[in-house]
Amino acid sequence: MRYSIFSLARNALTHHQHWPLAWRSPAPKPRYDAVIIGGGGHGLATAYYLAKEHGMSNIAVLEKGWLGGGNTGRNTTIVRSNYHLDPNAHFYEYSLKLWEGLSQELNFNVMYSARGVLNLVHSPADMDAAMRRGNAMRLNGIDARFLSRDEIAQWIPNLDCSANARFPIHGGLLQPRGGTVRHDAVAWGYARAADARGVDVIQQCEVTGIRVEAGAVVGVETTQGYIATPKIGIAVAGHSGQVAAMAGLKLPIESHVLQAMVTEPVKPVLDTVVTSGAVHFYISQSDRGELVMGGDLDFYNSYAQRGNLPIIEHVVAACLALFPSFGRMKLMRTWGGIMDMTMDGSPIIAKLPVNGLYMTGGWCYGGFKATPASGWLHAYTIAHDQPHPLNAAFTLERFAEGRVLDEKGAGPYPWAH
Amino acid sequence: MLLIPCPWCGPRNQIEFTYGGDATVQRPGNDAPEAAWEAFVYMRDNPSGPHDELWLHSAGCRSWFKLRRDTRTHDILGSARMGDELGGESP
Ligand SMILES: Cc1cc2nc3c(=O)[nH]c(=O)nc-3n(C[C@H](O)[C@H](O)[C@H](O)COP(=O)(O)OP(=O)(O)OC[C@H]3O[C@@H](n4cnc5c(N)ncnc54)[C@H](O)[C@@H]3O)c2cc1C
Ligand SMILES: [Zn+2]
Repeated sequence: MRYSIFSLARNALTHHQHWPLAWRSPAPKPRYDAVIIGGGGHGLATAYYLAKEHGMSNIAVLEKGWLGGGNTGRNTTIVRSNYHLDPNAHFYEYSLKLWEGLSQELNFNVMYSARGVLNLVHSPADMDAAMRRGNAMRLNGIDARFLSRDEIAQWIPNLDCSANARFPIHGGLLQPRGGTVRHDAVAWGYARAADARGVDVIQQCEVTGIRVEAGAVVGVETTQGYIATPKIGIAVAGHSGQVAAMAGLKLPIESHVLQAMVTEPVKPVLDTVVTSGAVHFYISQSDRGELVMGGDLDFYNSYAQRGNLPIIEHVVAACLALFPSFGRMKLMRTWGGIMDMTMDGSPIIAKLPVNGLYMTGGWCYGGFKATPASGWLHAYTIAHDQPHPLNAAFTLERFAEGRVLDEKGAGPYPWAH
Repeated sequence: MLLIPCPWCGPRNQIEFTYGGDATVQRPGNDAPEAAWEAFVYMRDNPSGPHDELWLHSAGCRSWFKLRRDTRTHDILGSARMGDELGGESP
């Protein structure tokens, strides 16, 4: 069924009792032309674009839990393309362009809100770095604007821009087209659209092994039995290393926990996304009114999907230093997700050194905004058995070749990116 | 909150420590092939379960030491001085 004002009106007349299910829940077939492991945004987007752009509809997405129950449903929903290095800038800008049209493309409201992403600048050195990145963005055709302290103070009155602020604000780099997207809607929208094109979206189906014969994949072992397939795409975020190991591969990735938290909902107080690299803090207000905030990783390897109090304390302290008036609000929930942190902070969207095996992963903090482009390019790479120019730099081999894409210049310390 | 047992100072709050990553990677000999260097610098086992790792007691005795910690639960299984072997459940 196409969602529209008419379908809404029609279903209102029957008290919304007869909406069809958004996707089927089929039993797995014995064989598919391709199997995607992981039913987060990236896996579902991969399946959708495989069906839509490459005519492959005899494919399945296998998810061990429920759709979007991993990082897709745990992230703070910020989308942007304010990167410095060319391969990252071009990739994330392509993703942002896909976000701009995604609700129409999927016939599902993903609530892309171009409310802007503002990176605060707290020192002259910070200012130089922001100007340099802003100029690099503009040279790549990406929107970037530098705001003075006065402009910021006028726009965001509850941000402490005074001269004696704990973290004085010198200005900020704004990407106006950056913003937020409703995270669950992305998983649901892609699942529904993929299902409509014949893709089997299978939940409660964990992949427990990858069968490789003569250097090529032939199928996957799952909790719902063996499934034969000549092509496998891995899109499992923090479990990338675990799943790649099933095919005998080791990755330049560590899994770390990243936390986020929300306050009680209040009336609109913040109409943009504010981030501070120096203070390790970012904040936005959800459409429900909650202030959504986060900061750094917990800084140790983890698969626990929960973190510890020191980071929560750090995030709240940073929040109160920047926005003193938020001090009366109550924190309602905190949670964590398992991040696939690479050794250079950039992703891997590539053909792996086993025939028929591909992956999109290594998303670090920022993979939600990558979802549409990651799915699009992962699908392209699977269908053509070679990368598209937009993901040609995101190989696994770049580490051995010394072609790392280290946006921060932090070195091979995954928790430092 | 992690209560980290520094082998020199005893149990202390995690905020006194800095993480140093996987303690099992070994620096190859200077004449080792490139693949050995790639493995040393970039490739990690990244286990879901017991993990041997390096920590620095940066706001304490400023010594590096080894810690064995379960990455599924954050339970700490043992710690040891740099030259010593870790006890507890093996990874
Ligand atoms: C707190 C937090 C805040 C974040 N904030 C942002 C942000 O503001 N902006 C941004 O761009 N990014 C952000 N991110 C990062 C972003 O959430 C992720 O990079 C992105 O959602 C990853 O999507 P995915 O589809 O790869 O992973 P997931 O949504 O995690 O999907 C992977 C799926 O694979 C499944 N799986 C794993 N192993 C198996 C198996 N063996 N068999 C079958 N299925 C398996 C999992 O159950 C999971 O559902 C944040 C992350 C966190 C945790
Ligand atoms: Zn000590």
